[in-house]
Amino acid sequence: MELYKIEKLIVKYFEATTTVAEEETLREYFSKESIAPHLEQHAPLFNYFTKAKEERFTKQVPLKPRINYLKWVSVAAIAVFMFGLYFYQPTPAPVTLADEYTQEEIESAQEAFALLAMNFNKGTEQLYHLEKFEKTTNKFLTKK
Amino acid sequence: MKQTEFLNIVLPFKDKLFRMAKRLLVSTEEAEDATQEILIKLWDKKNKMETYNNVEAFAMTMTKNFCLDRLKSKQAGNLKLVHSNYTDSSTSLQSELEAKDSISWVERIMDELPEQQKMVLQLRDVEQYEYEEIEKLLDMKPTAIRVALSRARKTVREKLMEKHNYGIV
Repeated sequence: MELYKIEKLIVKYFEATTTVAEEETLREYFSKESIAPHLEQHAPLFNYFTKAKEERFTKQVPLKPRINYLKWVSVAAIAVFMFGLYFYQPTPAPVTLADEYTQEEIESAQEAFALLAMNFNKGTEQLYHLEKFEKTTNKFLTKK
Repeated sequence: MKQTEFLNIVLPFKDKLFRMAKRLLVSTEEAEDATQEILIKLWDKKNKMETYNNVEAFAMTMTKNFCLDRLKSKQAGNLKLVHSNYTDSSTSLQSELEAKDSISWVERIMDELPEQQKMVLQLRDVEQYEYEEIEKLLDMKPTAIRVALSRARKTVREKLMEKHNYGIV
């Protein structure tokens, strides 16, 4: 490559109007041993770029498939729930009177209740008089 | 998606991500951590990966944003104190040492550039991206890219000359 072309390219390079291919030409030129003395000052620049591109990322990256724990926890929760639902035994149905007591006991209890009811009714009948009393007192009150 | 499949997609550009991260974060360890973080994020999104039309550009943008966030965060304060990897293994040949020295100067000069210029220079001159790609990656207008790039290149040249002259005197 002729020297004047390189010189031209360098000027273009600093104006940022060179293409990638032209910049490649410059890098190539400066990577050689025979550089024109007046251009030597630019050599470190281009050689640095070439060197910088050789740097490698060597660290190992741990790429473990991340298990979606949340998903499996919900699956487990549903399983436990279904299991519980399946084996869930409702509290035994309320037993009837006939199961817990003998016929005699029931009858005597009914008799007792009947007696109680009878007496209770007697009591309520007496309340009728109370009603009368109220009527008369009302009369007094209205008269006044 | 299997791990091997994923690695086949990621392998061609993982070094680019690392170099971009290192350009921004300076420290190698930080850049390694950042790259790892990005790759793990990509791995988590592997099922969506088919829908991206350009995985490399996507990953590159992720790296850029991640690193810029890192720099903004409080950790950045500590970051600046981290030893940056300037030291080169010593070589016996004087000339080789000098050459290497001036090359590492470029690195140091680039570290001093504003972040945007750093990124443009990294993407263009190191990774040789086309302008259209840089536009998308950095979300910048074409003219802004050219201005930033030209400025970055000129700054590096000037600083390099300064150091050269200083070395001679």
